[in-house]
Amino acid sequence: MSPLSRRAFLGTAMAAGAGLVIGFYLPHGNSKGSKNFAPNAYLGITPDGKITVVAARSEMGQGVWTALAMVLAEELEADLNAITIEQAGASTLYGDQTTGGSASVRTAWDPMRKAGAAAREMLISAAAFEWGVPRSGCKAEHGTISHLASNRRLTYGELASRAAELPIPADPPLKQAKDYKLVGTPAARLDTRAKVQGTAGYGIDFRLPVMKYAVLSRCPVCGGKVASFDDKETKKIAGVSYVGKIGESAAVVVADSVWTAMEGRRVLNVTWDEGAHKDLNSAAISNELKQAAAKKGVALYAVGDVSKAGGRRIEAAYELPFMAHAPMEPGNCTAHYQGSQCELWAPTQVPQDVRDSVATAIGLDPDQVKVNVTLMGGGFGRRLEHDYAVEAALVSKAIGAPVKVLWTREDDMRCSTYRPASYHKMSATLDGQGWPAALSHVIVAPSINAQKGAQLEGGVDPDLKDEVALVYSLPNALLQYVQTETPVPLGWMRSVYALQAAFASECFLDELAAAAGKNPLDYRLHLLAKDEDIKYFDATWKTGRMRGVLQLAAGKAGWGKALPAGHHQGLACFGCFSSYMAEVVEISMENNQPKVHRVVAAIDCGQVINPGILEQQISGGVIYGLTNALRAQITIDKGRVVQGNFDDYEPIRMNEAPVVEAYFVDSHEAPSGAGEPPVPPVAPALCNAICASTKKRVRRLPVLG
Amino acid sequence: MADISLRVNGSERKVSVSPDTPLLWVLRDTLNLTGTKFACGAGLCGACTVHVEGAAVRSCSTPVSQVAGKNVTTIEGLSANGLHVLQKAWIAEDVPQCGYCQTGQIMAAAALLAKNPHPSDQDITNAMSGNICRCGTYDRIRRAIQRVAAGGVR
Repeated sequence: MSPLSRRAFLGTAMAAGAGLVIGFYLPHGNSKGSKNFAPNAYLGITPDGKITVVAARSEMGQGVWTALAMVLAEELEADLNAITIEQAGASTLYGDQTTGGSASVRTAWDPMRKAGAAAREMLISAAAFEWGVPRSGCKAEHGTISHLASNRRLTYGELASRAAELPIPADPPLKQAKDYKLVGTPAARLDTRAKVQGTAGYGIDFRLPVMKYAVLSRCPVCGGKVASFDDKETKKIAGVSYVGKIGESAAVVVADSVWTAMEGRRVLNVTWDEGAHKDLNSAAISNELKQAAAKKGVALYAVGDVSKAGGRRIEAAYELPFMAHAPMEPGNCTAHYQGSQCELWAPTQVPQDVRDSVATAIGLDPDQVKVNVTLMGGGFGRRLEHDYAVEAALVSKAIGAPVKVLWTREDDMRCSTYRPASYHKMSATLDGQGWPAALSHVIVAPSINAQKGAQLEGGVDPDLKDEVALVYSLPNALLQYVQTETPVPLGWMRSVYALQAAFASECFLDELAAAAGKNPLDYRLHLLAKDEDIKYFDATWKTGRMRGVLQLAAGKAGWGKALPAGHHQGLACFGCFSSYMAEVVEISMENNQPKVHRVVAAIDCGQVINPGILEQQISGGVIYGLTNALRAQITIDKGRVVQGNFDDYEPIRMNEAPVVEAYFVDSHEAPSGAGEPPVPPVAPALCNAICASTKKRVRRLPVLG
Repeated sequence: MADISLRVNGSERKVSVSPDTPLLWVLRDTLNLTGTKFACGAGLCGACTVHVEGAAVRSCSTPVSQVAGKNVTTIEGLSANGLHVLQKAWIAEDVPQCGYCQTGQIMAAAALLAKNPHPSDQDITNAMSGNICRCGTYDRIRRAIQRVAAGGVR
């Protein structure tokens, strides 16, 4: 932990009044081993005993408020229910505040522990000084320091002012896992009560005493523009106060209520200049991906030489469509532009991007833009974009008043950013015993990061480094990436490229097992039999940990044992976001469609912070993955997204939701990702089960498409 | 514009809005009852579920004129202290993730249990499948309803 000037703390509201404030540093962003540290969150204890943990990551349902508080409280020796969470807005104090990449806990684990431990040590010192006794006789527990010999105790609040005078220890001792009282327990989430009482403050709920509401008409064709608009009918509606162009490709209707704005938009007649992509369609996109598969790709991972391996050759191609995040709370943002400053209230995973993009859009400096982060009704990566916030700022500037921009479901479905469509060329040669002598996987997909303007180092989309490792012992293997381009806006959707890669490679592995006449579980276990380190970019994957989750899931699912009549199982395992995941899906076919009865999922994500929240992430991730597998499909026709609402893009409902059983490997390794790893194995495990039942291979998602 | 009276959470409320305004927006924008959520606007997901005369209704697709003079209950009025037996069960099971759909889920579940205090598994599925949860909390929703049906929450 590096020292931080107290001035930095004093700038925050938290430091108001005397009290103990600990600043600490988190690694910058997701990159491992980076030396670029920056302060990321704060702990505050006031003399009245209030303990505040500032969450510098956004709560979108993944339980990050509770998890971060637990990690800190464990070392602090404070009770979880004594902690108040304060959501940080965009700041220069916290390093990268992006909430994504299943990175919040894995990057906060060390610094949050250190912050809690440093505070605990300082509180002990403060008490020892107060009593004139050695530190060694003092113990921190449940928010108090006690001196056992004299039976004295002081609360953290009582010690706060004195502790604030002490130097911050650079390297406080951390607890051993065996002494954890809070970490590893299914402690109740801190945000539940407000969410069941309807008082939780999502972006859509934020109100200013006086404000307008706005909806926008956006060009339905990507890259298109507003040619002209006729607002005669719109302006006849009482309550509509403004109609105008926003940027090049949208027109806004501002009114005194959401409904009036929607009604105004309904009769707004916009003529679009549809631009170059007005004839774009899904068939052409699919064809382009297929053609591109012949191109030379960049190697992401290479072992041996796949061209030299002889044997029986097997090939297959897999394909996935664009998909939409579709969080329940549609995009929205409230903005108040006031000339030399602009304040926003945004449900966002990227408060700093919002700040910077808004500043650019409305001609202010970033430090003139204040971004408050609200709760989010789901994120799934959609709120890694800042489009809705920029719109809100532009509208507020145009009308000179505070305004909430709200997207409808159709807006969200049709003007979003999408999981990239992809094509996968798989090939293998099997040796005399049927084991893969060589395995090759060519991922053909547009690059999310390139489309957003990033220069790809070595032609590799950086997301691929955390998401598509091939964790098997193979004598010859080649994983390649062919970058394509698309005008369809791309975004990072829960598990990002891991979903596509896992679908292709884990279905193909079953194809190889079938060709070899072997059981899919045995086949994989053979390729994981040897303890091996698989080096993939900066990460080291352990075959033993993958074997562990595969055996755990298969064992719990009763793999190979008798199933009810007509039931079949399929399995898949995959590593992404530094975690290992295996799933067994049990189905029966009814009217030629799979009915999913049960999903058994096992994860190795290192030290589990809260098994209750982890179970939520796993069961929820499986349901999310099932929607992806069965129905999620964004198609393009005449340059437009065809789907519009939950009727033609229908998430899994309760009547289709299987029983999900979640198991974890007991581990004290550093925590790794939990929010995204459960998603990718669902589709291949499902399709492997379908093949077990029907003898037919599903090589294209969605299954019901 | 029209003046419309309705009884919301036990109180007489008079609103002056266009009669085709969906009840959802009257609740949220006019009466500032934001616990009821907008998600699809088309009666497809149930996030906006409220009770009209005790029955679960999609407020996003119900013109306010249709509920004139009727009793409307929202999540804010489900119980006097915000701790209806279902809300307690939701807390006990730690059901919500993002939580956005959960008020609608609870209103749907409350309407179910009012009619059928001991629903079968299939009854729960039938009653709750109109409510989408993108976080996939269905297992816990079912458990919370079962907990109430079994008398496990007071």
